[in-house]
Amino acid sequence: MTSFRFAVNVLPKPGILDPQGRAVEGSLGHLSIEGVSAVRVGRRVELTVDAADEAAAAAVVDRLASELLSNPLIESFAVEELGATSSVVATKAN
Amino acid sequence: MGVRIGVVVFPGSNCDRDTVRAIELAGADPVVLWHEQATLDGVSAVVLPGGFAYGDYLRAGVIARFSPVMRAVTAFANEGGLVLGICNGFQVLAEAHLVPGALLRNASLRFAGQQVRIAAERADTRFTHGLEVGRPLRMPVAHGEGCYFADEATLDDLERDGGVIFRYVDADGRPAGPDDPANPNGSLRAIAGVVNAAGNVAGLMPHPERATEAILGSDDGAGIVRALVESAARAANGRAAVGAR
Repeated sequence: MTSFRFAVNVLPKPGILDPQGRAVEGSLGHLSIEGVSAVRVGRRVELTVDAADEAAAAAVVDRLASELLSNPLIESFAVEELGATSSVVATKAN
Repeated sequence: MGVRIGVVVFPGSNCDRDTVRAIELAGADPVVLWHEQATLDGVSAVVLPGGFAYGDYLRAGVIARFSPVMRAVTAFANEGGLVLGICNGFQVLAEAHLVPGALLRNASLRFAGQQVRIAAERADTRFTHGLEVGRPLRMPVAHGEGCYFADEATLDDLERDGGVIFRYVDADGRPAGPDDPANPNGSLRAIAGVVNAAGNVAGLMPHPERATEAILGSDDGAGIVRALVESAARAANGRAAVGAR
């Protein structure tokens, strides 16, 4: 078994009202920042998966991302592979 | 002895006691169901009450969806059993895909704790019979994620098939637009409650159980609890009839 580290980035789908993104945009004036638009606020989840190989680990992450970490009606997700890691590091990270 | 109606308690539920009392007032016997149990103790209907199940971490309702009791509730619903979700319970049902749509963060970004008016769209469902269509009913809302969302095609299907059972309305009973203060969360088409296609699973964001006695400021919610109790009694008396609308 090898440990693989992943990140799952979840964002509201295009067209879905994102009041958090709008609130961030609304605050830009207070920072005297101009030229920033289309702010979308999502969430990032990082996790370690123990699996025989990277493909098996990626399959687990995909299921987790689509069934739990995102709601397919309103959110999309993208998985980033952060690479293999030793299980000792993974245990500490937990 | 009245019909037995289950009230699920998740860690973080906070309307379970109100729901228990509302069910008692309607003449039924509430049965408290703990989130870790995998059976429903033979109840004739289940209510998922309001609160913040599992802290509403990740998304409201999603962690609760995978609890042991929700496996039992899902099986019960798939066999035609009556399930009503109120507020957080509605969010759990939506996350479990037992009712269509999703509940987004309120358009205002503010927690909505206020009195609202809703009106029944139809009185021929197991959750609304006995109600007067279009009559404004006063009751509270208390939620941060209650903005009803579904894509346009789903909304059109819902409207056509009678899936919308409650809408936010103004004092005259007119549906509230998305920016109308009478719509507390920006819900699309002012949808406050929906029922699934089979007619046995429904959810709504407002709290009928908090408006069941005059001393609470309104007893307009009592009719909704009564409809559930009567439908549960009918289901208990004729198991064969379960599944019919």
